[in-house]
Amino acid sequence: MSSLNEKLAVLESVAAKPAQQLEAFVAQGKKVIGCLPVYCPEEIVQAAGMVPFAIWGAEMEISSAKQYFPPFFCSIAQTSLEMGLSGRLDKLSAVLIPVLCDTLKCLGQNWKAGVKNIPFIPVIHPQNRKIEAGVVFLSKQYQKIAAELGKISGQEVTEAALQKAIEDFNKHRAVMREFSEIAAQYPDLISPLQRNAVIKSGGFMDKNEHAKLVSEIIAECKKQPVKPWSGHKVLVTGIIADSPALLKILADNKFAIVADEVAQESRQFRTDVPHDADPYRALALQIANMEGCSVLYDPEKKRASLIVDLAKKHGAKGVIYVQTKFCDPEEFDYPVIKKAADKAGLPLVNIEVDQQMRSYEQARTALQTFADVLA
Amino acid sequence: MTEQNQAERVPAKILLREIAANAYQKAWDAKNRGEKVGWCASNFPQEIAETLGVAVVYPENQAAAIAAKGGGLRMCEHAEGMGYSNDMCAYSRISLAYADTTVAEEMDMPQPDFLLCCNNICNCMIKWYENIAHDLNIPMILIDIPYKNDYETDDDTVEYVKVQFDQAFKDLEKITGKKFSEERFKEVCAVSQRSAKAWLKAAEYCQYEPSPLNGFDLFNHMAVAVCARGTIEAAEAFEQLAEEFEQAVKDGTSTYKGEQKFRILFEGIACWPYLRATSTPLKENGINVVATVYATAFGVIYNNTAEMMRAYSYVPNCVSVERAADMRIDVGRQNKIDGAVIHTNRSCKLWSGIMPEVERRLRDELKIPTVTFDGDQADPRVFSEAQYNTRIQALAEVMAANKEAAK
Repeated sequence: MSSLNEKLAVLESVAAKPAQQLEAFVAQGKKVIGCLPVYCPEEIVQAAGMVPFAIWGAEMEISSAKQYFPPFFCSIAQTSLEMGLSGRLDKLSAVLIPVLCDTLKCLGQNWKAGVKNIPFIPVIHPQNRKIEAGVVFLSKQYQKIAAELGKISGQEVTEAALQKAIEDFNKHRAVMREFSEIAAQYPDLISPLQRNAVIKSGGFMDKNEHAKLVSEIIAECKKQPVKPWSGHKVLVTGIIADSPALLKILADNKFAIVADEVAQESRQFRTDVPHDADPYRALALQIANMEGCSVLYDPEKKRASLIVDLAKKHGAKGVIYVQTKFCDPEEFDYPVIKKAADKAGLPLVNIEVDQQMRSYEQARTALQTFADVLA
Repeated sequence: MTEQNQAERVPAKILLREIAANAYQKAWDAKNRGEKVGWCASNFPQEIAETLGVAVVYPENQAAAIAAKGGGLRMCEHAEGMGYSNDMCAYSRISLAYADTTVAEEMDMPQPDFLLCCNNICNCMIKWYENIAHDLNIPMILIDIPYKNDYETDDDTVEYVKVQFDQAFKDLEKITGKKFSEERFKEVCAVSQRSAKAWLKAAEYCQYEPSPLNGFDLFNHMAVAVCARGTIEAAEAFEQLAEEFEQAVKDGTSTYKGEQKFRILFEGIACWPYLRATSTPLKENGINVVATVYATAFGVIYNNTAEMMRAYSYVPNCVSVERAADMRIDVGRQNKIDGAVIHTNRSCKLWSGIMPEVERRLRDELKIPTVTFDGDQADPRVFSEAQYNTRIQALAEVMAANKEAAK
């Protein structure tokens, strides 16, 4: 048991202090590429001999970013830009910033204008991702990115290296999916905070190393008997649900996260890169195959049924919709998901979060009430 | 044309108002005939529906009209009652409310049988239309025009957009039963070019000192540039508008009443619920709007299909910060502005999110004072008259001081 807690503690520390990881990589002579939400071709970064490093904002005050963004933009964008402007990310060799939502489009442009010492590389996903023309378009975008990254690292991205990276990342995804299942079975061993830390830490580590550690955690858990959970099993959905304060409130109310539909979490690992002789096409097909994400074109609103099915499959008795403040895509989806949850007899609560939030009292009250509803 | 004929001619602004109204009437007539009618995004290639003879109406246009006529709050609150956040674009809230209630006394339009969506204006458009497609169980055609970081649109993007453009024709044919005709397509493109050029020409009269038009008028005329620029009536009306401005320049008259002391760029979407409140302080301070980015927005010019794809990718919200800044700097320089008023539109993140940087470049390049004010294109709860008045007053003072210093 202590072995399990020790291993969890390692990843908790990584998740809580990513700056240390960044320092360590650079000290080892590695180049690090910041990868902003929601999807970046991290495999290409690895194939270029560099380390992909997740940047999803931070719990911090903003000040310089106010010169670029009016107040009504999500904290993920504002705090990420703040970190760039304030020098906190100076050790990065470049950042990859997608254009998956309107705020991200502005983030890329503002980064380019304001953070002159860290080159910005746009990642332009097609929204008509499933049509052949979309797959070809994305494949070409990825090739352009590979060329840029190769220039930065001085190591050209070869197709062989990229196929190897895809293999490594798919292996990592499989381990993460298994971890999610295990965390659902062992909420007594893995708290919401620990569950998040295990997942989030993967964004700051070598994927093979992270997969190895997580596999060990899975093995440790499996040694233990599965115990019935006296609390409430829930599914969490949203862009990001990593606030320690929020996760503590979930634990305090005996919520067990038996599944997530969170952009920073399972959206990163629920869809493998399929096999294709052309690795760029393979990466493009992964995006084409993705379903149920708020920033990927979803005219049938499959996200709603995905959430309901996922909740049912894992015995979740309720859904916690973690609404990132000022996030339009999630705001548009909310009523559709609420309706689907209602129809399926699944109670749903909407909790607004913001990386600049200091007080979680409102969330606490809402979640306490929700716990009562589920009881 | 003789002076007498010109005096008898219906003024262009009335023609344009009629054209806008007729576009909606055409849609009602089509619906009543049992034809399929669509809701269309403002920057979706209008050549497609026009070529097929399919009637479409424009929810953004409707939302603006509803807001201008005082229905914005009611509709926004209805959407919020449906579970939508008041953080979302007010046009989308009004439209989602309308899809639910199906009535709005300020401006009714037929419910859609299909949706034509293009995200060159924003990605919120996709989410908005996704929800309507889902709620009403109707097909949605999306032409995705990726946002670009480069100044120019590359061939990969043109290729990707062209495939979708061609597919949109096929999909719309299937949905409506109407047939594509190469001849009609060429005709529509030619008329659209005529309209777009005439619109641009009319807007260019703002260069004159004094300007023969009150710049705020452009916001109203814009409706036709959105919803009918593929029609011969629109082309003729814009040409007439340009002729009227030409005549006004000769006569030394203007639709701006009073002395034009200062010339400004008005940046952003109009505050539709507050047209009077936003125009009056300008008038009181002798300020005329002589530049907006709207002229270029709907001046969609092309000589062939590849150029058409590029033209639709150069609309203001689809371009890099450098190109966005240049669009304002160029029109500001050309039209000799003394200052700029920037509407920080609470509803539009894509527009507002790069505005601070664009504003800096505008100030640096043209050496002009700028002020911003908080507002919203359609939700009346965001605007403060007091704040606006103070800021316009401040801008007027700086512009006056600059003029003094320049003497």
